[in-house]
Order: sequence, then C-alpha cells, then structure tokens
Amino acid sequence: MNEDFEPRIVGMFCNWCTYLAADLAGTSRMKYPPNVHVVRTMCSGRVDPQLILWAFRCGADGVLVGGCHFGDCHYQEGNHKAFRRILLLKQLLPQLGIEPERLRLEWISAAEADRLCAVIADFREQIRQLGPLRAPLEEEKMEHVPA
Amino acid sequence: MPNEHNVPALPRIGVYVCHCGTNIAARVDVAAVTEYASHLPYVSVAREYKYVCSDPGQELIKKDIEELKLNRVIVASCSPHLHEHTFRLTTQAGGINPYLFQMVNIREHVSWVTEDSAAATAKAKALVRAAVQRVVFHEELAPKSYPVHPQVLVVGGGIAGIHAALTLANAAKHVYLVEREPSIGGHMAKFDKTFPTLDCAACILTPKMTAVKAHPNITLLTYSEVTRVDGFVGNYRVQVKRKPRYVEENKCLGCLECITGCVYKDARYPSEFELGLGKRKPIYVPFPQAVPLVPVIDAETCILFKSGKCPKGCVKACGDRAAINFDQKEEVLELEVGAIILATGFQTFDAGRLPFYGYGLYPNVYTSLEVERLVNASGPTGGEIVLRDGRRPKRVGIIHCVGSRDDQTNRWCSRVCCMYSLKLAHLIKERTGAEVYNFYIDMRTPGKGFEEFYQRLLDEQVHFIRGRVGEVNDWAAIPEEEGKLIIRVEDTLIGIARRIPVDMVILSVGLEPQADAAEVRKLFNITSSAEGWFLERHPKLAPVNTFSDGIFLAGCCQGPKDIPDSVAQAGAAAAEALALIDKGCVELEPNTAWIDAEHCSGCQACVALCPFTAIRFDAERRVSVLNEALCKGCGTCVAACPSGAAQQHLFLDEELFAEVEGVLA
Repeated sequence: MNEDFEPRIVGMFCNWCTYLAADLAGTSRMKYPPNVHVVRTMCSGRVDPQLILWAFRCGADGVLVGGCHFGDCHYQEGNHKAFRRILLLKQLLPQLGIEPERLRLEWISAAEADRLCAVIADFREQIRQLGPLRAPLEEEKMEHVPA
Repeated sequence: MPNEHNVPALPRIGVYVCHCGTNIAARVDVAAVTEYASHLPYVSVAREYKYVCSDPGQELIKKDIEELKLNRVIVASCSPHLHEHTFRLTTQAGGINPYLFQMVNIREHVSWVTEDSAAATAKAKALVRAAVQRVVFHEELAPKSYPVHPQVLVVGGGIAGIHAALTLANAAKHVYLVEREPSIGGHMAKFDKTFPTLDCAACILTPKMTAVKAHPNITLLTYSEVTRVDGFVGNYRVQVKRKPRYVEENKCLGCLECITGCVYKDARYPSEFELGLGKRKPIYVPFPQAVPLVPVIDAETCILFKSGKCPKGCVKACGDRAAINFDQKEEVLELEVGAIILATGFQTFDAGRLPFYGYGLYPNVYTSLEVERLVNASGPTGGEIVLRDGRRPKRVGIIHCVGSRDDQTNRWCSRVCCMYSLKLAHLIKERTGAEVYNFYIDMRTPGKGFEEFYQRLLDEQVHFIRGRVGEVNDWAAIPEEEGKLIIRVEDTLIGIARRIPVDMVILSVGLEPQADAAEVRKLFNITSSAEGWFLERHPKLAPVNTFSDGIFLAGCCQGPKDIPDSVAQAGAAAAEALALIDKGCVELEPNTAWIDAEHCSGCQACVALCPFTAIRFDAERRVSVLNEALCKGCGTCVAACPSGAAQQHLFLDEELFAEVEGVLA
C-alpha cells in the first residue's frame, strides 16, 4: 500500500439525513479525513446507478451513498429503492474491473454525525488498502504484455 | 451525460467566497480559492468577502449582477440549509431568477471538519469547481404556490399544547387540540407547587384548561390519537382516532353521579393519574379538575364488559340525560390543517432500571413524581406526606440525577430535577419538619430566581451532600439504623463514605423522550436526535421549526425544559404557525420531476416506483404522465428511467453529472 495515497471519494448524500449529519459534524467541530466531496440529492432514491459509474469514470476511488434508515425516508421508501439498485450495481462492478467495496451504501440519520465520521474514516482506510482505482487495471495489463 | 449543446449562450458567473469571520478563513486559504475560481470557465468575477451574508456582502452581489451582467451566482460559505434561501433572495433582488444560484458548503463540510489547511483549501477548490460546472445548467424556475388551510392541529394537551392552542385561538384561528389521555393538563396537572415561586400549579393551569374547553375556536379531542398524516406544508390531511369513552361528551353535564352510582361502592383499581398511589372505579375522571369533565369507562375493569351482568348503576344515576352509551364505537375523524404543532411531552425515567436504589423493592422508596402527588392537596393522601404505613417521615433523602448525567442510562442533564428537588425539600420540611438530605452531583440552578431559592433552602437548614449515591438498602449496622433505609454515599467534599439512615427516599428521576416518540416521529415525518428528542431545524435560528415545513415543536418533546421555557416555546411555535397560515399561501421548492413524452418508451418503471402515485400511464399515447401537483421531488423516477425521459428540476442529470465531474476534475 502506498502510504501517501489519499483516495478521492464522492459522497452522494440525502438532503434530509446524511447531508444534515455532515452539517452537524461541522457545527460540532468533529474531525474526519477531507477526502469525501459531497454532492447533495433530495433522496438516496435519486442516486442513479449511472451517476455512480460516472463518478468512477471521472476518477473517483470510492463512492459513498448516504440515505435515511429504513422507515425514516422523507419520501416514504426512496431508500429501499437505493438499496435495491446499489445491490445490483455491486454485482455489476467487478465486470467493469471495479471492486464492489469501492461503493458503499450507509444509512446515517441527521443526528448520527459521529457515525458519519466513523464511516468516512473507515471507508477512506478501506479504499487506501485497495489503492487507486486504475492502478490494479494497469498492473494487470502490464503482466499480459508479451515481453 | 453533460451535453455541451444544452449550455445556454454564454453563462456569466459570479463567485463569492466567504471568510465567515475566521470560521472559514482560519482553515481555508480564501484568497487562493477565489483566485482559482476566477480562472474557471464562464466565471466573470470571483470575490472574497468577510461576511457575504451581511448587508454589504449581499449588496456586492447585487451590484455585480447589474454592472457585470452576471447571469449565474455562486456563494461558497455555509450549509445551504442555513443561507441558500438568503442568497436566492439576493440573486432575485439583483434582477435574475433566484434559481440561477448555487451554494457551496465550505464551512460545515470543509473548514470545521479538518485541521489540515492545504487539504481544506484543495477540497474547497474542488467544491467550487463543481458548483461552477453545475450552475451552467441551472434553469429559470418559479416556486410552486399553494393555498393554505387556515386551521392548526396541536398534538398534546400539556401546558405547551394548551398555551399554543390558546394563543392561536385568540388570534381567531381554528385549532384542533388532540390529547390521548381522557383529560388535558399533562404532567403539570400532577404538580402541587411550581418552582421557584411556589405558585400553586392548579391555580395557574386549570383556568387555562377551562379556557381551552370554552374557547369557540378550539375543537378539543381528548382520548384521541393521530393515526395518519398525509399532505404537505399548508395542506396536511390528518386522521384522528377517537377511543370510545362510553360516555357521550355532548350529553354529559359533568355531575359525576354515575361514578357514585357505580356498582363498586369503593374505588379499587389503581389510578393511572395517581401513579398507582390512589384508587379509582371502572368509571372515573382522572382528577377532579379534569377537562373535559366527562367520565371514562374502562372496559378492562367494568363488570358489564367483563361479565355482561351489571345492574348498571351508572346508567340509572345518569337518568334521562342518557349520556352513558356502552355501544359507543371508535370514531375516525379526517381533518385538514395548514400547520401542526407537536407538544407531545416527555416521560420520567423508570427508576426500576437502577436496582441499587431499591425502587420497587423497598416500599418507602418513591419517585419524585409520586411525591408530587403525595404533597398535592388533591392527591391520594390529601396533601399529607406519609409513608406507605401511614407514619410521618422524620428523615427524608432526595437522590438527584436518577437517570440523568449517567453513562449507564441517560447522559443528558434533565434540567428540572435540581429545582424540583429543592421545591420538594422545602415542602416536606415545611409540612413535616423532617430532616431533609439532598444528594447531588452539581447543583444546577440557572434561571430567574433559581439561585435565590437554593440559598433559601440552605438557610432553611436542608442538608446538601455532594456525591452520587451508591446504594439504598435496609441492612442496619447499628441499632439507630433499625427499620430505616440506609443511603450509602461518598461525601466528596470531605472525602469519606457515609451512611445516612432515613425513613423515606425520593428518587429525582430525569426526563426522557416518550416511549413511542420514535413512532410519532415517523408518523409526522420529522427527525430526532440520537437520544430520541425531536430535532429542531436549527438550534438557534429555527428552534421551534422541524425539517418538515409546517410542523413545529413545543415543550419537552424537543428536550427537557421547565414550565416557563415550555410556555415560551409554545408561544413561539404558535407565532410560526400563525405566520404560515396568515400568509394564505405557501411557496414550495420547484424541485418536481417531469416526463418528456418524446423520450418516454412507455416501460412504466416509474409508475410503480412513485410513492405519491403522481405518475400514471396514458394508454392512448403510450407514455407515462406526471402530475406535478402530487410530485414531492424525491427524484426516484428520474434515477430509474432507462430512457432519461424523467427529469427533476434543480437536480437535472446534467447538473448532477457536471457536479460529480467537477469535484473530481
């Protein structure tokens, strides 16, 4: 593992829960690694699998989707839909050469700022272990290049 | 994918990076971010300012829009939940559509959460870049406007709910006050005196209760619960279930002869209102000053419901008023309201969770709420402070912080216990002459007249021992301790372990969220803190608002507070509700979805996904059609549409894809 590697992570956070948890982490002056760049959606159900693939395409090493706990969705059940889609997308990712661990879905309520910080720290570490998204692909290619 | 062809002709973007005093500037190199932004595509001007939200800051934006012909505005400052609305209005005041604005959160999400200045500056640059790429795709939009129902629903008939209901009713608004118990009054109705003034609780509460009943603008629904909430701000549809009390409210005069007439000559069932210290009959009023003064028949204990055989003394006593109706059924009401105030209160900590204090084991260990009833003149002992065997206590120990400030139970300070413990100590000392010991961690008496009251108690020779009590038991070590309860405590001021023998132990139990707070929270679609208290929109700027527009908070459901604070908050919630409904209309975020019929393949994936049944399939045209009035803007259909025909304003595919590309560029 390259000790200097700082992964680039896109956070796709629901406006009503995880985005607010991130706000609360700020107002509470909690500290977490600055790797996650947040894009706000009204609901985790708005997170299009294509948007996640687009993030990987644009160079993200990881994508963290944050939604409301089951039963707490501001729009009744958008989080259930996010759950189904991301489950399917995780099946698809290895076929594209992307480790499914690079995509993470977490339920983080507006009050769970401490959990958000823990998740971000943990996810960053996990991605650091995996290395940059393109690196393994490059290495694989190298091995197969005839001498 | 972002499509270059959708870019409107020549965006001219103004970027304003805020220092927020030192909140942002101490961590983020604001000048570097501004310099960086000025070179991004389509950026006409990038400026930094100390406080962009201030008047001069906003003037700067307005002036630039006019002079530099800006058609897009970006402010990089705090959370959009704080100031997005502010800057949209600024943008509008500058002469362009308010939705051509984008906010970047570089305070809560950047400067406050990292100590690494270089990383913070890089992150701020990435977020600003994303906004610049996103704002290019912003469209001119108009907020959706809907009329507002002028009625208000208040849930919970404690002092907070009562005060909110009366305030609104006095402003000529119609209020539905829903209370699940048979009477309004809440916890305050159980108290004898209130601290620190020693006002008689009943004397200040019961007139307000009677006023609720008499007010022409209040529909009082007791013994009722809200079972469903639909709709949105200004237009809530609420279902209320009225439990049968088997006495018809409109026929009952409140003479209470039916209770006298009951076949049970003596009250024999534990009274819920008296916390089991007193007894009631199967037909009862919770307390003599109940509002409405209409008895309830408890089907669990009424002999007619149990055996079918009863001489029906209550019916005979009621006579030709014929208010008693054993066939009464549960009733369901549908209400339409513009705003909702939640004042659902608290419950006290269950002292049985801390077995070493002996509650439930030793009969003379009481909770503070039980003692409120014992000292109350209308309570089970008529205000006589006596032990379970009728003796007067000679020594009383009051243990503070039971279920408060404790890692094992609840970590928060319940705010009222120090003061009510002082009040109880005073009343017990005054009426029995007993020696009273307070066992405290810290005395917390911040409030008008509170510290003076504490001083008064010290002058009255009430004992204060600083230390958290370890155990209450009845194991006498010396003859003087025989028949006593022994309080074992480390007196931390003199540093020794002590044994204090007493006759009566009072546990000053803390305040907790109601047992069903989580269900209530989901019912009204609001959020709560990790502890379960309902969460306000902003602790300082919107303390009675929730994240669901049109739903407000009052009293202890938001957190522990005393009566003056509950009443003040109830007044604030009523004012917020009034401001909403008096305007007559409400403007909603235009973040609704639409379906482009040209691109719709008619797969109907969206139809089943929409939680609000806003999408139907037009069989003739073979396309899905979205009803904008029903759409709440979640965007689930947009994420699912395989043809890209479903789109959402403010969260267009172009906007989100550009934003993602921007943070990673």
